[in-house]
Amino acid sequence: MTASATAEKENNMLEIKGLKVKLEDEDKQILKGVDLTVEAGKVHAIMGPNGSGKSTLSYVLSGREGYEVTGGSATLEGEDLLELEAEERAALGLFLAFQYPVEIPGVGNMTFLRTAVNAQRKARGEEEMSAADFLKEIRAKAKKLKIDADMLKRPVNVGFSGGEKKRNEILQMAMLEPKMCILDETDSGLDVDAMKLVSEGVNALRSEGRGFLVITHYQRLLDHIKPDVVHIMADGRIVKTGGPELALEVEKNGYADILAEIA
Amino acid sequence: MSLLQAKQEATSALLDGVSIADGASWITALRQDALARVRSMGLPSRRDEYWKYTRPETLTQQEVPAAAAFNHGEAPVFDEVDRLKVVFVDGVFDAAASDDLSGEAMRIERLADVAEADIHWAKDLYGALEAKGQSPVERPLAAFNTALASDGVVIRVTGQVARPVSLIYKHVDSASDAVLHHVIKVEEGGALTLLENGPAAARFNEVLEVDIADGAAFHHVRAQGRDHERRAATHMFARLGAESTFKSFTLTVNGVLTRNECVIELTGDDAVAHVAGACVGDGDFHHDDTVFVTHDAVNCESRQVYKKVLRNGATGVFQGKILVKPDAQKTDGYQISQSLLLDDDSQFLAKPELEIYADDVACSHGSTTGAIDEDMLFYLRARGVPAPIATDLLTLAFLAEAVDEIEDEGLAGIILARLEGWLERRRG
Repeated sequence: MTASATAEKENNMLEIKGLKVKLEDEDKQILKGVDLTVEAGKVHAIMGPNGSGKSTLSYVLSGREGYEVTGGSATLEGEDLLELEAEERAALGLFLAFQYPVEIPGVGNMTFLRTAVNAQRKARGEEEMSAADFLKEIRAKAKKLKIDADMLKRPVNVGFSGGEKKRNEILQMAMLEPKMCILDETDSGLDVDAMKLVSEGVNALRSEGRGFLVITHYQRLLDHIKPDVVHIMADGRIVKTGGPELALEVEKNGYADILAEIA
Repeated sequence: MSLLQAKQEATSALLDGVSIADGASWITALRQDALARVRSMGLPSRRDEYWKYTRPETLTQQEVPAAAAFNHGEAPVFDEVDRLKVVFVDGVFDAAASDDLSGEAMRIERLADVAEADIHWAKDLYGALEAKGQSPVERPLAAFNTALASDGVVIRVTGQVARPVSLIYKHVDSASDAVLHHVIKVEEGGALTLLENGPAAARFNEVLEVDIADGAAFHHVRAQGRDHERRAATHMFARLGAESTFKSFTLTVNGVLTRNECVIELTGDDAVAHVAGACVGDGDFHHDDTVFVTHDAVNCESRQVYKKVLRNGATGVFQGKILVKPDAQKTDGYQISQSLLLDDDSQFLAKPELEIYADDVACSHGSTTGAIDEDMLFYLRARGVPAPIATDLLTLAFLAEAVDEIEDEGLAGIILARLEGWLERRRG
């Protein structure tokens, strides 16, 4: 291995090799060998038609039950993700911004986030955050996302509008400071202003040490969150990889041309 | 065996040789009447529809099933509340541990004391709400209590009482069989908060009769003790006057058998009655909430909110009824009973009933049984919250909806902290 290749490998945040996944309950193969590497500091986008396996990929990486890995591997900074529980993956630095954030009646947003932040810290052997420090930090970060004090007090996502839910996802991301962020159709259900706000929140978190995987149907989100690499996923595989121009091509011509090209 | 035979046998076991001697006291005739009532009804048996889900044998048999007192090492639940303490140990009044019974805007007496007198205001109330509550459903254990209660408190509230009255029930003797009967009269414009806590006895039979006059208010928060083997049959009878308020909440953790009956009658217009309960059961635990709300006046509101968390084979029962009489127009009745089953071994049996004879009413009821929501659980875990903590967060959130029914935020906070601590310790 050359010196530059080693350096590049060390910079790899998320490495997925030949990942094959089926549904646990039925004989249905969804991912048929996904290869994908996201480097620290880079933003990768995955686009693809409905049913191509994009959301499944995000769920399998974050540890949702109901899937069976039948082949391949997925690592975060060299650690085998697939062996870990969902909470262990989170503590390792993996974050999934949900397409449909879950409403949790009776659990205050603040309580939820503080429990999450401190559970992760505890799992990493770090000191828990004091109530005062937490409050100071969440207030500052919420303000940037235009999340008011009332939204912080209310039960998690209950009665939130689509835009508020997505902003709340980004707030969680900002508080948890993960190494690898997966955004699953974060643009769905957002109007232009909300999309701008969410994108600004994501862009503010872009840094040298952090990788992003942005899953989206549409190019428009990528106008705001500019990707370094764009992948096209179809039928459980990455079928094409290119630069930002690939997203524009999809936007212009749809997926049909690309799928025909590789067929 | 015929139903009658079965009932008579159950009755004779506990009532054999029981009689109430004639005397000059105001209470004698009331006790004799109650004894006659329970003899004619018979004690509950499994064949009674009303006892279909809860086996009454251990409550009616002569021998008290042993129940060890359990030292959980926690500070008693209402310790931090400024209150007037009345302590009973295995059903026996403990003067040394109790506060001086005199208080502003009220008069508290012991039943055992006032029962000695020739005449007392409680004559019009003692056993009266219980007797009325025998129809349309019989409640023999309550009549048994009226006949044979050894003590209790008799409280007359004449104004707004700031300091809660706190009944503390200690349990020491593993074979104790306590029968307490409390009578509370809240006069027009008066207000009282009653707290109850503690396991009381190996077997506890309690009746609480509350008469709430026009514009008066009664708040009640109860935490039934954590002794694993204790048994309790409690009855709360409340009569509400116009524009009066009744709010009651019960927390039940542990106890091998608990049957809490609540019988509410809204007799004055614009009255409000809320009754709620949160219960956490583990293993050999049976908890029964039986509620009967009668709307007999215009524009009254009633609300029942019951939540049970069950695991390791625990059983929860809810029988809740709203009866709206023909003239009780503009009734707003609500009832919800929900259980969270943490495993496949536990069960929840619910019988919600509405019986409505007025045409301009809004009544709704719902009952659900479910497991922890997988989507919520995954969401929490994906944020780094370990599964056991996430499960407890969701469990607490489920129970919090019942605890929220407590009007006083301080008391609600105490109950929530109790539950939180309990879940945390159980997690280890």
